[in-house]
Amino acid sequence: MSDENSTEPETITSGEFERQPVPDSALLGAGKFWGMYAGEHAAGTEFMIGPLFLAAGASLSDLLLGLLLGNFLAVLTWRFLVTPIAIAKRMTLYYQLERIAGSGLVKLYNVVNGVLFCFLAGAMVTVSASAVGIPFGTMYEVPESTFALGSTDFTIIVILVGAVMAIIAAAGYQTVARVANIAAPWMIAIFAACGIVSLAQMDATSISALSKGEFWQNAIEVVQSKQGASQFGFWQIVVFAWLCNGAMHFGMADLSIFRFARSASSGWAPAIGMFLGHYMAWIAAALLLAAQIKLSQDVTANPGALAWGALGWTGIICVIIAGWTTANPTIYRAGLAFQGVFPKSPRVVMTLVAGAVATAAGAFPNLSAQLLGFVGTYGTVLGPMGAIIFVDFYFMKRFGMREEDAFHRGTSFNLAVLLAWVIPVALGLYLIFVPTSLFPEKLFAAYAVVPCWIASGVIYFALSLLMRDKSNLSTT
Amino acid sequence: MNLALKIVSAVAIALVTIPSVLYFTGTMAPETVKTIALVGTVVWFIATPLWMGRELPIDADNIEI
Repeated sequence: MSDENSTEPETITSGEFERQPVPDSALLGAGKFWGMYAGEHAAGTEFMIGPLFLAAGASLSDLLLGLLLGNFLAVLTWRFLVTPIAIAKRMTLYYQLERIAGSGLVKLYNVVNGVLFCFLAGAMVTVSASAVGIPFGTMYEVPESTFALGSTDFTIIVILVGAVMAIIAAAGYQTVARVANIAAPWMIAIFAACGIVSLAQMDATSISALSKGEFWQNAIEVVQSKQGASQFGFWQIVVFAWLCNGAMHFGMADLSIFRFARSASSGWAPAIGMFLGHYMAWIAAALLLAAQIKLSQDVTANPGALAWGALGWTGIICVIIAGWTTANPTIYRAGLAFQGVFPKSPRVVMTLVAGAVATAAGAFPNLSAQLLGFVGTYGTVLGPMGAIIFVDFYFMKRFGMREEDAFHRGTSFNLAVLLAWVIPVALGLYLIFVPTSLFPEKLFAAYAVVPCWIASGVIYFALSLLMRDKSNLSTT
Repeated sequence: MNLALKIVSAVAIALVTIPSVLYFTGTMAPETVKTIALVGTVVWFIATPLWMGRELPIDADNIEI
């Protein structure tokens, strides 16, 4: 790490071997990856996403089977898409992308990444503030309008929580990362305990009650009687579970992790994170809302209140730590991304700017209530860069073109990459946010990830063929 | 020393989870579950930092969803 007040821009990953392949001496065995991923996906987002499945009307059987299949597909994607490239190249996503797309384009990618990180961090500020507000009796309301504030006292708590998070993030990510590391096994245990307590609160303590699932159906009926009918079907659940981490696997962000893998078998390790975090924890968090509805008919998915209802102060502490440890690296990395655009600005200042944006986003509770759509959008925007890396790795040499074109030409902006990224993403975002005759209800964001990924790869390949010149020959 | 601390951490995790199972089986009151879980939490955060987390994993600055 550089000095805290340094104006020397740091790279977006702050570990070792950022601009060189990881040497054999630094490689790690599969056990390390299983340990890392065990705590990787039990985060603050889980407290929001789980209840949203119930609120969206997903049936219990669809949820149990859909998450199983979707998470399995996600693990396969990590194992067979990310790991082979990671262990062949042993570079971070950012350095690999820089060699293909050019440093200027990577800066643009980082800024887009940073803006999205701010919204994710904002949702985590909301999550933590919901828990901080419980002892003060603060009302957590989700207004209908996306950009409407909650109650005044909730907004004040958001500002205070966001300010504390931003200041801590400005000091670096290491301290909070240590807390996150220590808290991870405890947090997984808390999610499990929340789920078990919720089942008991709903009297779903026998095999027949569990298999009938009336407690779940009753909760959905209450939600829909208050919020109107909605459906969240099996395939929506499958695709969401598969692609909510689209930026990490399809988008190749986890190249930065698996470049340390000694063998490809480490690529199975995300399975433990998926099935603890995106299976057990999501279901447990959804059960929290079902139990609250049963006990009080309250359909508000307030993470703080839900955890308080199940485990009291322990639940509150868990929600605060989960939100904080998720928001901290997010704000920190957004700050680094912004510093890449303004290299003369101190990182501390840029991190505080990112924290301010995240806090502003956190003040709108409806934004965090749209987390299902957000993570799909996140994968749609960032995922296609993974297709560029995929095409570069598997097809460029094979078709007589040169790998890592920007590096060899010494350019900072590869136009083929820019067009291959922007065209499909712009179309995808249009379909996600604007009703069309094809999708009158707008496109479910996670559905756009794979088509955009494929389109980006195809466009990049076609443009590379069209734009190649004598210097773009496979001579490396 | 480390082994003893790890055992204390394991007991702390048990204090967080096992009472919820006892509540599920109808053998413990919900308020007792909450109290014991809080004790387990305090013990976890006192004991665990003494043996875990000094070295940051390579994914320490990664974003979690």
